[in-house]
Amino acid sequence: MPLRLLKYALKKEHPAPRFFKSLETPKKSYDVVIIGGGGHGLAAAYYLAKDHGITNVAVLEKGYIGGGNTGRNTAIVRSNYLTPEGVNFYDASVKIYEGLSEELDLNLFYSTRGHFTLAHTESAMRTMRWRAEVNKHVGVDSVVVGPDEIAKACPELDMSCSGQAPILGALFHAPGSIARHDGVAWGYARGADRYGAEIFQNTEVLSIDVKNGKVCGVKTNKGYIETKQVLSAVAGFTPRITEMVDLETPIVIHPLQACVTEPMKPWLNNILVSGSLHVYVSQSSRGELVMGSSLDPYEVHQTRSTLDFVEGLTSHMLDMFPFLSNVKIVRQWGGMADMTPDFAPIMGKTPIEGFYLDAGWGTWGFKATPISGKTMAATIANDSAPDLIHSFRLSRFEDYELTGEKGAASVGH
Amino acid sequence: MKLLTCPVNGTRPLSEFIFGGEYRQAPEQNSCTDAEWAAYVHNRHGAPGDKKEWWYHSPSGTWFIAERNTLTDKVSSTYLLSQKNLNEEKAAQEAGK
Repeated sequence: MPLRLLKYALKKEHPAPRFFKSLETPKKSYDVVIIGGGGHGLAAAYYLAKDHGITNVAVLEKGYIGGGNTGRNTAIVRSNYLTPEGVNFYDASVKIYEGLSEELDLNLFYSTRGHFTLAHTESAMRTMRWRAEVNKHVGVDSVVVGPDEIAKACPELDMSCSGQAPILGALFHAPGSIARHDGVAWGYARGADRYGAEIFQNTEVLSIDVKNGKVCGVKTNKGYIETKQVLSAVAGFTPRITEMVDLETPIVIHPLQACVTEPMKPWLNNILVSGSLHVYVSQSSRGELVMGSSLDPYEVHQTRSTLDFVEGLTSHMLDMFPFLSNVKIVRQWGGMADMTPDFAPIMGKTPIEGFYLDAGWGTWGFKATPISGKTMAATIANDSAPDLIHSFRLSRFEDYELTGEKGAASVGH
Repeated sequence: MKLLTCPVNGTRPLSEFIFGGEYRQAPEQNSCTDAEWAAYVHNRHGAPGDKKEWWYHSPSGTWFIAERNTLTDKVSSTYLLSQKNLNEEKAAQEAGK
């Protein structure tokens, strides 16, 4: 890397290196069409080529890559879930993340911080013990810790939370990390492009052609594309895509908002989450506090920001860290979360032959980017979902075999 | 602050209201198939558009219907679900058959 930088500095011209080819018009047909150029869709394109040798792939993105929920989340990576199926799945993702900067040859600023889920009530402590035991059973590093250990790790934290909600303990998950989320999308885009996949920005899917229960093509604003396999990886736009193929799902869209403060010197090492106070916070490598809260309370297909959100969140932040009262919020934004009733994703095959879903990522999608790309690539290549995502299949609802992960959601929704 | 009109108490701040989800008709439980019932229990019309929804005005305990566009977040009307509404709905359904 430093040698490359030196060579670049000594050149007379300094063009910005392109990460992927700038293509305008898609070909007439592809083996696989991926709808959605976020982390998940691009990772699927990357692993289709790398693991399965399938390179005749188009990724269609209606905006710009990584501009959807990939670039809107709070960039937390963890695997301290509640069900063994969930823990195994997210743990596989964390393991890929740990070596991903090297694999993609791009600094993702992957930074392992340790993740505290604070408990302010006895019932929250019970859930923390439950999660810790499930995690340990599966081999994931999570332990229940008491107030002393929390105060030692984060002396800035008001342990009484302004007397409102004293902290009784926490679930501590040492592998909890943060990463540069747009970097993940760009790294996978460059990787997929190098293998031969084609990425089209500003390309919107208008309809999907299904004949005799089989996918045969997609209509876009840049022409018709013949294909037998379509992957929908569009997060908050999932209901609009499934409507095109008459597929019913439990997904409902709620906005999820986040904000950042002005940059500060590094003081917050850990990632802190409080379910009762509806806060999750970490300090980015740039020094900003990145903060999120619970979902907006009703269905809206918009990414608007509200004052209600930022007022509610900052008031709880001040309960935890009173000294932040003069710190300014510099940005806030929203994303559309595709929520499922059991807080687990919907992945794999559907009743329509050749139509695959990578959806229901609600408020928990970023951390799963590598493993969802890998498992969806395997699903498309073999037309059969790997065991790792069996519990996330769409038909689990019809079978009443839900994968209840609500207790592991970062904050009570 | 966003506002919503309760049919009983008039226009109130949105924070006084609780979203109750889409207004839906249950299938006939004695004659529907297991698959139809599972679809009713879990599936929702998630695509954006004009929807009829349950809302609850929490201080007064009033459940009512709001017709709202989930893309624009504009509410076109709110009203109490009366026996008259239900009868009209039933008549429309039977006419549809």
